[in-house]
Amino acid sequence: MKKTINLTVNGTAHTVEVEPRTLLVHLIREQLSITGTHIGCDTSSCGACTILINGRSAKSCTILAVQADGKEIATVEGLATAEGLHPIQEGFHLNHALHCGFCTPGMMMRAVEMLERNPNPTEDEIRWGISGNLCRCTGYNNIVKAIQWTSAKMQGKELPSTEPEFV
Amino acid sequence: MIAENFNYDSPSTLAEAFQLLHDYGDDAKILAGGHSLIPMMKLRFAAPTHLIDINNIPGLAYIKEEDGFLKIGAMTREADLEESDLIKAKYHIFGDATKLIADPQVRNFGTIGGNIAHGDAANDHPAVMIALDATVVISGQEGEREVSINDFFYGFYTTAVQHGEILTEIKIPAATGHFGSAYYKAERKVGDYATAGVAAVVEIDENGVCTKAGIGLTNVNPLPMRAERSEAVLVGSKLTEEDIALAAKYAGEDCNPSDDLRGDEDYKRHLVKVITKRMLNQAIARAKK
Repeated sequence: MKKTINLTVNGTAHTVEVEPRTLLVHLIREQLSITGTHIGCDTSSCGACTILINGRSAKSCTILAVQADGKEIATVEGLATAEGLHPIQEGFHLNHALHCGFCTPGMMMRAVEMLERNPNPTEDEIRWGISGNLCRCTGYNNIVKAIQWTSAKMQGKELPSTEPEFV
Repeated sequence: MIAENFNYDSPSTLAEAFQLLHDYGDDAKILAGGHSLIPMMKLRFAAPTHLIDINNIPGLAYIKEEDGFLKIGAMTREADLEESDLIKAKYHIFGDATKLIADPQVRNFGTIGGNIAHGDAANDHPAVMIALDATVVISGQEGEREVSINDFFYGFYTTAVQHGEILTEIKIPAATGHFGSAYYKAERKVGDYATAGVAAVVEIDENGVCTKAGIGLTNVNPLPMRAERSEAVLVGSKLTEEDIALAAKYAGEDCNPSDDLRGDEDYKRHLVKVITKRMLNQAIARAKK
């Protein structure tokens, strides 16, 4: 039996009918056709499906769409504004923090919440903070650098170098 | 992966939730954080016909000291435990444990009540609760009842929570005096179940004598396990290196781990011994601060 739910995605209100077993990620991708949020492992391990629900990062493959009733959802599509890229997007771009890009939407949404709750994380805190997001290309170093760069940018501090390090 | 069909209700009071549980009978399940139940439903290991979502019932998430107890509401998220100032100041064991539970996104949703009510000896909070000598508050249409953590776990996925009831609160004797606690689990990667985990709690008097000791073990026994012989060594002792080594040795001997992909029995017994020693030393150091 379908349920009618109301939710906001990136500021736009939607009223949709879903089966109770519909996963939030399927609602977002298939019913609302907002496909920046990816499905990787489908078992809440990889973090590719990470979105924000009322500001908290969540794995949308392990949350039912009906649980999002009355909630505000943010996906990667909501990061950039008319003024340009979000600082986290700029950080990932300038620091070469992606290769294939599959994990990037989830990685950035996770980083956004982390920096919201802890604007100036240590490297260790960043690595723990993204421990629920898997990247199989970068080896994480540039992702960590991108988050450090974004942290500095968002606090108006001196920006670290974005030159690649050759070891 | 898509779960089998089910009906979904989201009551706004506990009374409504109890009524729904009563009406639907055995096929209803409570949905708390959902990060154990939903994966099981997606894999079709579980197929409840009714889900009763208790996320919209106010008043079930809190962390407070009251009447000599630390009281934690069942719907308190792991992330709230990580961030609580009261927990950070006095109950270090939760900081240790939550950091090792799954990953940040899962901790934003997973609840302490769900972690315990799931009845899985591989989960981390059960051993923590054993070490802390917790009492579980279970509510139903008839009112509330309290069950000691020692009598709470019946078997794999079965606990003292009976049909029609909901776990609503965890009560822990409030930390007083020189109190220290610590938890660690060896895991192969972030988000894995413990290869072996140990929760340790000690209380020490002015003369350095241990007045209370609690040791709980994760995933090395069919049920979450209390290392009773180890605790007995410590209570009344001066917590010398020899006492700690003996307690650690007993913990390794008394657990019942099984061979699996995380390691064989001997390896796990060895891990329990090593981690027990480390966690006791950590708890003692914190108690003396």
